[in-house]
Amino acid sequence: MRFDSLLDSVGHTPLVGLPALSPSPDVRLWAKLEDRNPTGSVKDRAALAMITKAEKDGLLHPGSTLLEPTSGNTGIALAMVAKQRGYKLVCVMPENTSPERAQLLRMWGAEIIYSPAAGGSNEAVRVAKEISRQHPEWVMLYQYGNEANALAHYETTGPELLADLPTITHFVAGLGTTGTLMGAGRYLREAKPDVQIVAAEPRYGELVYGLRNLDEGFVPELYDESVLTGRYSVGPRDAVRRTRELLDKEGIFAGISTGAILHAAISIAAKAEKEGQAADIAFIVCDGGWKYLSTGAYEGTLEEAEAALEGQLWA
Amino acid sequence: MAVEVRIPTILRTYTGGEKVVSAQGSSLQEVVSDLDASYPGIAERLMDESGLRRFVNVYLNDEDVRFLDGLSTAVADGDSVTILPAVAGG
Ligand SMILES: Cc1ncc(COP(=O)(O)O)c(C=O)c1O
Repeated sequence: MRFDSLLDSVGHTPLVGLPALSPSPDVRLWAKLEDRNPTGSVKDRAALAMITKAEKDGLLHPGSTLLEPTSGNTGIALAMVAKQRGYKLVCVMPENTSPERAQLLRMWGAEIIYSPAAGGSNEAVRVAKEISRQHPEWVMLYQYGNEANALAHYETTGPELLADLPTITHFVAGLGTTGTLMGAGRYLREAKPDVQIVAAEPRYGELVYGLRNLDEGFVPELYDESVLTGRYSVGPRDAVRRTRELLDKEGIFAGISTGAILHAAISIAAKAEKEGQAADIAFIVCDGGWKYLSTGAYEGTLEEAEAALEGQLWA
Repeated sequence: MAVEVRIPTILRTYTGGEKVVSAQGSSLQEVVSDLDASYPGIAERLMDESGLRRFVNVYLNDEDVRFLDGLSTAVADGDSVTILPAVAGG
């Protein structure tokens, strides 16, 4: 496949069957390999779409500075696109993220401002909003509320899935900004009204939920509950177990949030098999495992991995 | 019907610091009422007139109850209910 530039190659990712993990020829699991994007994650789609939209809206000029709260992947993707297009990037990232993410961000030229570990991405959003008020000249694309994020998946991820798997019955993805699920979910629903759209959200350690009061809670502006048909909370132990299973049985080396997504996909598959329903279940492989090697998720017993992930933002 | 309920840090002032408590009921609504009988005031933090509060997520065996039957969701002996504040992910 030939493209005019790296940015033109975003998306068009393979959908691969999982013969060993699928329960039967009638109930099949399919992995969409988003790690095959230029910076190695599903976030390249949203980053490219948000920057392109901001350019169209006249918000960006040569040398403009972007500001974004991110747990890593969006920042890395934005850094790459920003560098190609001539912008600077300042990322606000929780300090309990893997060091590989910070290294990658710096490689692509981004500056990092750390937000406190307690409160996780919630704090990163709060700190970024505060910095944005101090630097009104910086452009915050704000992935949690930017329609271009969801639209990227409506226009690319969704159509790719339907083209490759016209018989799709279920779509399972991670829930962060909710962009992937809202965009691809809406597209698939329009084409197939009965399709099940299922979210898998990471359940972190207590530190991350340590709000001072419940009113500081956060629901992304992009989130529309009516797009989803189900939502599962997946803890680190199940996520790591499935991440390892994906590698063992199918040879796919994925990040830990993919393990959480696979956990939900496998339970859906088991239920369909038990009920004698045919199912084609597609799920997102958000990124490869490279950025998480230092977390301890890939070595030792499950207990050790779970202990190592305590307090970290592993998805 | 006894279920175990996982309480988030922010609501443990009600449970005397307990992370996991036991409650009775055959629906989620009954479980919350029973919780409130043991830990007065906790129900109001979870619900308002229209149901579950916006920044409160409740999971029955890891599944978000908003996609089950909400507060009417049936619970069975040995089920696990997890309460978490809604926070930013991603
Ligand atoms: C590794 C990983 N998994 C899952 C997600 C969730 O995707 P989304 O933000 O589209 O909901 C993200 C991003 O937030 C991510 O970086």
